[in-house]
Amino acid sequence: MTDTLTPVLTDNWDAERAWTLAAYEERGGYAALDKAFAMAPDDVIAAVKESGLRGRGGAGFPTGMKWGFIPQDNPKPKYLVVNADESEPGTCKDIPLMMASPHTLVEGVIVSSYAIRANTAFIYVRGEVLHVIRRLQRAVQEAYLAGHLGKNIHGSGYDLDLIVHAGAGAYICGEETALLEGLEGRRGQPRLRPPFPAVAGLYASPTVINNVESIASVPSIITNGPAWFASMGTEKSQGYGIFSLSGHVINPGQYEAPLGITLRELIDLAGGMREGHELKFWTPGGSSTPLLTPEHLDVPLDFESVGAAGSMLGTRALQLFDETTCVVRAVLRWTEFYKHESCGKCTPCREGTWWLTQTMARLENGQGSEADLDLLLDQCDNILGRSFCALGDGATSPISSSIQHFRDEYLAHLTHGGCPFDPAASTAFAPVGAPA
Amino acid sequence: MSTPMSADNSLERAGLDQKTWDELREIAGRYPEARSGLLPMLHLVQSVEGRITPEGIEACAEVLGLSAAEVNGVATFYTMYKRKPVGDYHVGVCTNTLCAVMGGDLIFERLKEHLDVGNDETTADGKVTLEHIECNAACDYAPVMMVNWEFMDNQTPESAVQAVDDLRAGKEVHSTRGPRLCTWREAERVLAGFPDDRADEGPTAGPASLAGLKIAREKGWTAPAGAGQGESK
Repeated sequence: MTDTLTPVLTDNWDAERAWTLAAYEERGGYAALDKAFAMAPDDVIAAVKESGLRGRGGAGFPTGMKWGFIPQDNPKPKYLVVNADESEPGTCKDIPLMMASPHTLVEGVIVSSYAIRANTAFIYVRGEVLHVIRRLQRAVQEAYLAGHLGKNIHGSGYDLDLIVHAGAGAYICGEETALLEGLEGRRGQPRLRPPFPAVAGLYASPTVINNVESIASVPSIITNGPAWFASMGTEKSQGYGIFSLSGHVINPGQYEAPLGITLRELIDLAGGMREGHELKFWTPGGSSTPLLTPEHLDVPLDFESVGAAGSMLGTRALQLFDETTCVVRAVLRWTEFYKHESCGKCTPCREGTWWLTQTMARLENGQGSEADLDLLLDQCDNILGRSFCALGDGATSPISSSIQHFRDEYLAHLTHGGCPFDPAASTAFAPVGAPA
Repeated sequence: MSTPMSADNSLERAGLDQKTWDELREIAGRYPEARSGLLPMLHLVQSVEGRITPEGIEACAEVLGLSAAEVNGVATFYTMYKRKPVGDYHVGVCTNTLCAVMGGDLIFERLKEHLDVGNDETTADGKVTLEHIECNAACDYAPVMMVNWEFMDNQTPESAVQAVDDLRAGKEVHSTRGPRLCTWREAERVLAGFPDDRADEGPTAGPASLAGLKIAREKGWTAPAGAGQGESK
């Protein structure tokens, strides 16, 4: 029986100066390199496939399969790009990982690049995290000096250059083709697919783009074996993952556990909801995943079960809101976010998010009518599945799910002539036990 | 590799110093294709000029062989690039849903009132630029404020006011999970890829980052032993 929490990626976060090469190597860091270099690159890909690792950036696509799509007979250079643009509201796992242990990511980059036969790799990190960028820059510099990067790594004959690239503020660059545009020095607008990045990505060359946590998991798979990784988690969602609890819980934070743990277990570990209050609604994996309620507390947090419950596992960004929170206010704010971050490329998203915001604002202010709920759902219907990328789809998730679960609360705004909630009661600095 | 244009009498045409021109070319030279350097190059322009200036746009365009319009198109897309001068300290209050609900809205209102500025405006002394920002990936520390893109975790209206007062008074202020705060221009230089050698300041992780690990240690919970580990549990 696997333990409830299984620290792997977070295991060295309480170590003294864990971000340094010395501390990382003392714990056996960079040992996966020699093991990987003794294998054929295709065998590294096979091991990652066998482990069952699925993308940890939200979509859950099998990582090894993605690597297998790289056409090795293509004469162009191959590239690995790490998506470190963590910006999905609620998501806060990659940033502490890179802050505490940037070498875990760098080691993963080297093994993964070797597998797909890339000689140049990039970490595209959002620009708004200065100290994380400092630690990444330092880790890469240290890895070069130690011979983990550069020419003929560990005498293997394999060469790799790694470039840390800071973004400049754009949620859309978390979308992999928009990220490539940003990395090519352009406006971050998604590309039409096909061709997929595996065939024509960065500089129109075969490119793998993976989330930080996915790449950081690779050394543990190579070191301990794919069966070890697959022994954790559920049948189709294997391995461990970092679960990020935020909001009205006693001890918010990062909890690394096998996939399939439930929110009830996690809240219990986190000391329960804050004193005198109870859970009202939550997101399983960021604001783009439909809202769930207390009736979903026992849903196993794996890709299949959360999907069957009508939402998505996403990034395991568990944002927890208690009964002091107005769901209409919460959803309006997310809607304003999507409007702000829409890149403007396609009409349903660019125009639709504006219309959604106007309709939502009217309802939050107690204006409008019950017919506006149907109008909202109609607007969502014209965006979902009709946008260029997933940003538009994501914008509809909180709206349609909140109307499904909290229709009465929308109506209460109309009868009340405005928001019936006191925004001070939901704050972290509200007096304990304050009424809603 | 594409070749950045060599230096000529362009120095007089755009008022940047020789060092900046050299560094812009250095950034472009880091990449297989020079244009990939544009985002960090614009960060460098901000570190030197205090904002994105027409001169900075012209310089990037010249180094990369692009039109000024192409560079402008990029500079206006990303929210970290500023057209108006930014103060010594860029103060960003997260007002995305989770932080807003946890108190970010009240903190932002309080700072607007206290500093007598609106969103995206700078105090008369040129010290503080206030802006409400989107999710900065620190939700377990909500409500969050960023100063020059360093984390100021678990804020209250009072702690936020104290921080901006201290900054305006020239006192030393530290990130709650990182180093002593530098100026916005110094921060932009790091983002351009010129490290300031301060990676070793601050802790490995903040308390919330360690919440699960602390419990695992207390209970003796670990991942299963693997092929690469010595002993089995």
